[in-house]
Amino acid sequence: MFTEFFYYLRNFGVPVSMNEWQSLMDALEMDMAGSSLTGFYYLCRALLVKTEAHYDRFDLAFASYMGDLESPEGLPDKIWDWLNKELPPQEITDAMRQNHNQLDIEEMKRMLEERLAEQNEEHHGGNRWVGTGGTSPFGHSGYHPGGIRIGGNTRNLSAVKVAGMRRFQEFRTDETLGVRQFQLALRKLRQFTTRLDGARQELDLDATVDQTCQNAGRLELVWARPRVNSMKVLLFMDAGGSMLSYSRLCNQLFTAVNKSNHFKDLKNFYFHNCIYDRLYHDPSCRGSDYTDTEHVLRTCDSDYRIIIVGDASMGPSELMRVGGIIDWDLHNEQPAIDWLKRIRQHFEYSVWLNPLPAKYWEWVEGAFTIRTIGQVFPMEELTVEGLERAIAKLKSRSAVGEGTKVAKR
Amino acid sequence: MTQNMTQYQGSSDYIVSDELRNSINIAMALGKPLLIKGEPGTGKTMLALSIAEALGKNIYIWNIKSTTKAQEGLYIYDTVQRLYDSQFKDHDVANIKQYIRAGKMGEAFQSSEQVVLLIDEIDKADLEFPNDLLWELDQMTYYIPETKETVKAQTRPIVIITSNAEKELPDAFLRRCIFHYIAFPDPEEMAQIIKVHHPNLDKRLLEQAMETFYMLRNIPNMQKKPSTSELIDWLQALVVGGISPNKIKQDMPFLGVLLKKNEDLDTLLNQLHNKTQTKVQSRSSYWNR
Repeated sequence: MFTEFFYYLRNFGVPVSMNEWQSLMDALEMDMAGSSLTGFYYLCRALLVKTEAHYDRFDLAFASYMGDLESPEGLPDKIWDWLNKELPPQEITDAMRQNHNQLDIEEMKRMLEERLAEQNEEHHGGNRWVGTGGTSPFGHSGYHPGGIRIGGNTRNLSAVKVAGMRRFQEFRTDETLGVRQFQLALRKLRQFTTRLDGARQELDLDATVDQTCQNAGRLELVWARPRVNSMKVLLFMDAGGSMLSYSRLCNQLFTAVNKSNHFKDLKNFYFHNCIYDRLYHDPSCRGSDYTDTEHVLRTCDSDYRIIIVGDASMGPSELMRVGGIIDWDLHNEQPAIDWLKRIRQHFEYSVWLNPLPAKYWEWVEGAFTIRTIGQVFPMEELTVEGLERAIAKLKSRSAVGEGTKVAKR
Repeated sequence: MTQNMTQYQGSSDYIVSDELRNSINIAMALGKPLLIKGEPGTGKTMLALSIAEALGKNIYIWNIKSTTKAQEGLYIYDTVQRLYDSQFKDHDVANIKQYIRAGKMGEAFQSSEQVVLLIDEIDKADLEFPNDLLWELDQMTYYIPETKETVKAQTRPIVIITSNAEKELPDAFLRRCIFHYIAFPDPEEMAQIIKVHHPNLDKRLLEQAMETFYMLRNIPNMQKKPSTSELIDWLQALVVGGISPNKIKQDMPFLGVLLKKNEDLDTLLNQLHNKTQTKVQSRSSYWNR
């Protein structure tokens, strides 16, 4: 039974498992779809999708699956019946049927062109000309089982169209969202010390009461090891001019990181376009209010998690050349790319968050530097989903080193 | 198949969309828990009450807090009471059974007829909480080691779980649920919902209030968008305050009922301010050309 749909869903990024698919089969067996395609749509969605963030993907998959169906063998007959039922109940005469000999899209396009060439006035109703109502395959609000809708609104919301409307687009987690969502994402960035080692220093009150009661009143103290978050974080933020347009987004992330009080240690630094030998303490990036990058590398051990926020777009010379630093009165002995590689080598858990949407990375002015930096640091876009992926990378060591190896060669 | 006979159709004081009704009936027919998510104020908790009322079933509500443990929903072994009793020697404490108390979930399992079990705000609890309930929700049975007893539900309760999405729920848990997201009602549905709460509302007042309400909701960057329950409160305030419908859009009286955050008030003011500004600007830029 239409197993292909299963793979459509998975391809569109809806994580469906066999269990859920089996439930769907059971439900269909029990005739839960209410013998309509709309019912089938809601049934599938209720059973197969587990978060509103995936509703949009499901809609896309559903629409594309229904749209792509070429041969009737793909679906059981029952569903084809529903598909047919969904069309508006209109009187269909033999003459109309003749008009509906399934036209293929190429032929229809050709016919449409011809008719547009012939037609020079408005038409409403009728069965041939481009217009509204009627049964011509062209135009809108009319009836033709396989026609081309030109403008106007759909008259009848079939499930495929409901899916096509993509009402749940705003719940996609790759949209940029507020502080709270960032905070929730950051909450995942924690690593508790285990209860297996360390001194037992904390009185476990519940266990003590329990144990004492089990002993029928003879006091027995139970001690436990405290669990604390051992996560330490360094946040480097680009305060350059090109970041101005993302200031709101960056502020949200900054607020979220600083509100998250579950880190063992948190340090903020700022840089201008790229990191050189100085890391500044405030966003103006001026004067003597800085710490040497060298010093940070020496004093912070390698289990600090590094989050760098920047658009990574700059002139190639700023990144690659000695003395390429953008500030007039400063000079750098080492090109920025060397600093970045050193940071990456020292801090094994590090990510670069880019407020530029990932789809533009190839096309913007700074594409070269984005690519080069992307080879050193794993780069994610600054959205909730991107942050979540970044945090997953910060938790595990596996992805580390790849970037630097490539860059070293 | 007998389960199939009972179908939920909505109740007098709760408007339910077709999609949601579908999901509920699917969940009931398959005997799986129904997980409900949605913006605050979309009536997630009310839903369970409405189902119980419409189907004439008892409801057990288990409110989850950040400290709630999965075990508490099943049973509590009251060791302290037992210790206390033992010191006065007027009770026989040998029988542990009398110190086992069923939790909300336990009670729902033990009920002889089918009941509705509402597990409210499951995302408030610890991350591991839902995982600890997998077996119990799947098999509707649990074991009490202290008395070596197994409790099995006689009829599978209708389980409704609500979540505000404060935490991501584990996949294994999600796989066992039917999921439904309550979308925010569109103006038509909203008018129906309001009718239930304020049956005799002035038509013009309602129109104006709704227009203002959806305008507020559509302002981008609102931190906390006003929800259904706030609209209902606001309407109440407007009626009690005797506000003329013509003034609603202009003056936006009792705005504090709708917007609960200072930042949101600022955003609104900015928005209104900007609108007048851009008008001026566009005119001046026209002249500058």
